[in-house]
Amino acid sequence: MSTDTHAAGAHDHHHGEGHAHSTFSGYMLGFVLSVALTAIPFWLVMSGALPSKQITALVIMAFAVVQIVVHMIYFLHMSPKSENGWSMMALIFTIVMVVIALSGSLWVMNHLNSNMMPIHEMTGMK
Amino acid sequence: MTIAVNPSQTGEPVFYVADEHPHPEGYSTSLGFWIYLMSDCLIFAMLFAAFGVLGANYAAGPAPKDLFDLDLVAVNTSMLLLSSITYGFAMLTMQQNKIAQTQMWLLITGLFGAAFIGIELTEFAHMIHEGATPQRSAFLSAFFTLVGTHGLHVSCGLIWLVTLMVQVWRFGLIEANRRRLMCLSMFWHFLDVVWIGVFTFVYLLGVLR
Amino acid sequence: MSPDLLKLIFGRLGIDSLPLHEPILVGTFVMVALGGTALLAGLTYFRLWGYLWREWFTTVDHKRIGIMYMILGIVMLLRGFADALMMRAQQALAFNGSEGFLPAHHYDQVFTAHGVIMIFFVAMPLVTGLMNYVVPLQIGARDVSFPFLNNFSFWMTVGGAVLVMLSLFIGEFARTGWLAYPPLSNIGYSPDVGVDYYIWALQVAGVGTTLSGINLICTIVKLRCPGMTMMRMPVFTWTSLCTNILIVASFPVLTVVLALLSLDRYVGTNFFTNDFGGSPMMYVNLIWIWGHPEVYILVLPAFGIFSEVTSTFSGKRLFGYTSMVYATVVITILSYLVWLHHFFTMGSGASVNSFFGITTMIISIPTGAKMFNWLFTMYRGRIRYELPMLWTIAFMLTFVLGGMTGVLLAVPPADFVLHNSLFLIAHFHNVIIGGVVFGAFAGINYWFPKAFGFRLDPFWGKLSFWFWVTGFYMAFMPLYVLGLMGVTRRLRVFDDPSLQIWFVIAAIGAGLVALGIGCMLMQFAVSFLKREQLKDVTGDPWDARTLEWATSSPPPDYNFAFTPVVHDNDAWWDMKKRGYQRPLIGFKSIHMPSSTGTGIILAGFATAMGFGLIWYIWWLSAASFIAMLAVGIGHTFNYHRDFDIPADDVIRTEDARTKLLAGAK
Repeated sequence: MSTDTHAAGAHDHHHGEGHAHSTFSGYMLGFVLSVALTAIPFWLVMSGALPSKQITALVIMAFAVVQIVVHMIYFLHMSPKSENGWSMMALIFTIVMVVIALSGSLWVMNHLNSNMMPIHEMTGMK
Repeated sequence: MTIAVNPSQTGEPVFYVADEHPHPEGYSTSLGFWIYLMSDCLIFAMLFAAFGVLGANYAAGPAPKDLFDLDLVAVNTSMLLLSSITYGFAMLTMQQNKIAQTQMWLLITGLFGAAFIGIELTEFAHMIHEGATPQRSAFLSAFFTLVGTHGLHVSCGLIWLVTLMVQVWRFGLIEANRRRLMCLSMFWHFLDVVWIGVFTFVYLLGVLR
Repeated sequence: MSPDLLKLIFGRLGIDSLPLHEPILVGTFVMVALGGTALLAGLTYFRLWGYLWREWFTTVDHKRIGIMYMILGIVMLLRGFADALMMRAQQALAFNGSEGFLPAHHYDQVFTAHGVIMIFFVAMPLVTGLMNYVVPLQIGARDVSFPFLNNFSFWMTVGGAVLVMLSLFIGEFARTGWLAYPPLSNIGYSPDVGVDYYIWALQVAGVGTTLSGINLICTIVKLRCPGMTMMRMPVFTWTSLCTNILIVASFPVLTVVLALLSLDRYVGTNFFTNDFGGSPMMYVNLIWIWGHPEVYILVLPAFGIFSEVTSTFSGKRLFGYTSMVYATVVITILSYLVWLHHFFTMGSGASVNSFFGITTMIISIPTGAKMFNWLFTMYRGRIRYELPMLWTIAFMLTFVLGGMTGVLLAVPPADFVLHNSLFLIAHFHNVIIGGVVFGAFAGINYWFPKAFGFRLDPFWGKLSFWFWVTGFYMAFMPLYVLGLMGVTRRLRVFDDPSLQIWFVIAAIGAGLVALGIGCMLMQFAVSFLKREQLKDVTGDPWDARTLEWATSSPPPDYNFAFTPVVHDNDAWWDMKKRGYQRPLIGFKSIHMPSSTGTGIILAGFATAMGFGLIWYIWWLSAASFIAMLAVGIGHTFNYHRDFDIPADDVIRTEDARTKLLAGAK
């Protein structure tokens, strides 16, 4: 084969485990982080340590996002390089779709409710 | 014809691979499985959407505050987290070709998973016993479906785990079995990620509301 | 037997579930039974069962699976079109106090079945079939990434189709319209089996579609031959990639929304009910998150086909390849941002409606860019008006018209007037027939010689073409008029006699389309009989440009004796121009996947499980589920799924081709 065919990049000859080598320390670090990132939100909600519910809600959502990232890196071994970047691309695309569908649904249905539902029914639901 | 056999000498363009090696078995598997997980991710996203839209419609029935026992959820979450790290150990021992240890870690993972399912079923039974059935309100329909779908996935994971343990026991840590263990690892950790969403958005934010 | 026992065994299935009182259905049943018996008897008499099982039903060869998809699509087209004819006839007749010939109970099933069948079991199989057949060839691969999964996906699609067809003779189909909106589709208003048939047919087929999407994405990403970078992929492969991404990103949504509907129906949850906090509008919202991308799932591959055809028959490189690719990618993303335009009238308010109205209009920009790309490709080309090109030109004219009415409908205030009117019906038939169906026909005529080694007969093909095109315009232009006059869809009888003439014209149009379909079947038959005259031994009958034409027609099991190396977008054209010599020696054994019956068995159990769930035959569902699990797990214990085609076989096959090629010169 000429160099031309090698440079094509359509084939990666890296195979086998698929994901990069996972290590004991990597798993342990991920585990410790995820325990902390789980325990703190639970503690915040159960103890009511923060003054307002809104702040607590925002903080625990932030913790969830960080924890998801931690799991992605240390347990799912995501990296921009795996599968020539296709895994990452698929993940980003999925996140975009999830954000569109979730926020879109909430937006659409919320507007619908406020436009179409009489006030007394709204209060009756809660 | 000569260009096929020995292209570099003639300098002519190469139009085919004369000395071809087939793709190794399972060449596409990890990407394919990842894409499957992405589609599964959208399934959960839609269930979250349903919960997000309908989750406050209690229909004068019980609300999260009346139902959720955060202590129990915390215990349950720890089961899943522990099962994650033990699966990690299984993967590490697999890389070192230690069959017995791999099997042991898989077994421990399975036990944690089973404990998770057991606790979840207890929680469900308790709620249903108190009259908080899936039929009671849109909130409860969405709750049971979202959490139940996650539980169903974990149960499938358990069946898969047992199958793989049998296969490792019978055929050893051959390439195909390693690949399968790797896929299950992705599946298992993916369910963990979904659970982060569940305990945050369903349980913690629910109790906060 | 006691009623309890009967109920345990047969669920709600009984003698009265058979539609014996409906003469149309009984007649159809007799015809189908006679035809089916004759077919089965013929297969038995000619001892074809073993051949079919070994070579087709259990095959994992993407080419054969592709052909089977096409056959499924064409068979279901006949069923779906029969429904269309009945609707057109009913609406043309039901004036001046006449009730027409279809009772409401039947008519409502007909329009539901028409929509469901045409989208899920005609358009999807045709598109999937073409992608399955062509994509691996275009990228120089030997098969798809997961050949067994491919077989399984196909049979799941068949399973869904079988359930829909069963509903014709056992019980009934949904009477809810093709998207089965609740509360009408909830158990309170549709207590019968119709909606359950709908749900389980789509769920079974949906699994197949999703898996096939994953499979083709992996194939395109991982199995391209050396040299084929992303920006050297043929446009059809690009559009297939985007379509399959859309499939994987949207079919899970359908799965969820149907699962929630079935929970409402079976368990009594309150997702889409009017009570206990449920919201029927949430169903509408969710199903269109799937529904709009679905439209692009169907039409993107058609765009790809037109791109291939235009450049081949204009004898030119495709104009603006890069812009074509980007337009496709942009459409892929945008198709996810417009779903609300299907329910502007629901009442989400001005801000929401404007957002989705604007995103909808934006989609017309990349689509328009594509149209100009095709036009500029034709510009100053030496255009050959072969059948695929004729369909392409008809597409360009028709689709632009449909696109423009689409932009009209994208304006929310206009949509408040036209929502659910016949104008909408005319619009989406305009784009789906003009885009997807014409595209599939262009594709069939284009790739048929590749699949079978002889061309399709041009005379009957042209006859079919003209009947289809004129029939289409006669059938749907009147619907635009009627829609503007305010006639809504799904009506069974009419009061205003002045409308009748338009419906009569539309019915005549449908009749012309029927002739078009008849001519197409004739075309297949005549071409088969004249196959020696229409034979193509070169493998490249159209002087085409992409890699699938580099191999023989039909291609050998292994597609290419040697994996090709690509240097240009139009790889085969480049090879021809630069004096490529077909290799004659040096063949080696080739590693291929083996056939397996697991796919068809699994899909059979899945279908049986669906049937059990539809009729509340719980033991059947449980047993099929357990069987499915057992067979599925059992399959994973088989570690030897491949075999080698010996080098001798490859040499024999290739030598035969060498002789053929020498004879042709």
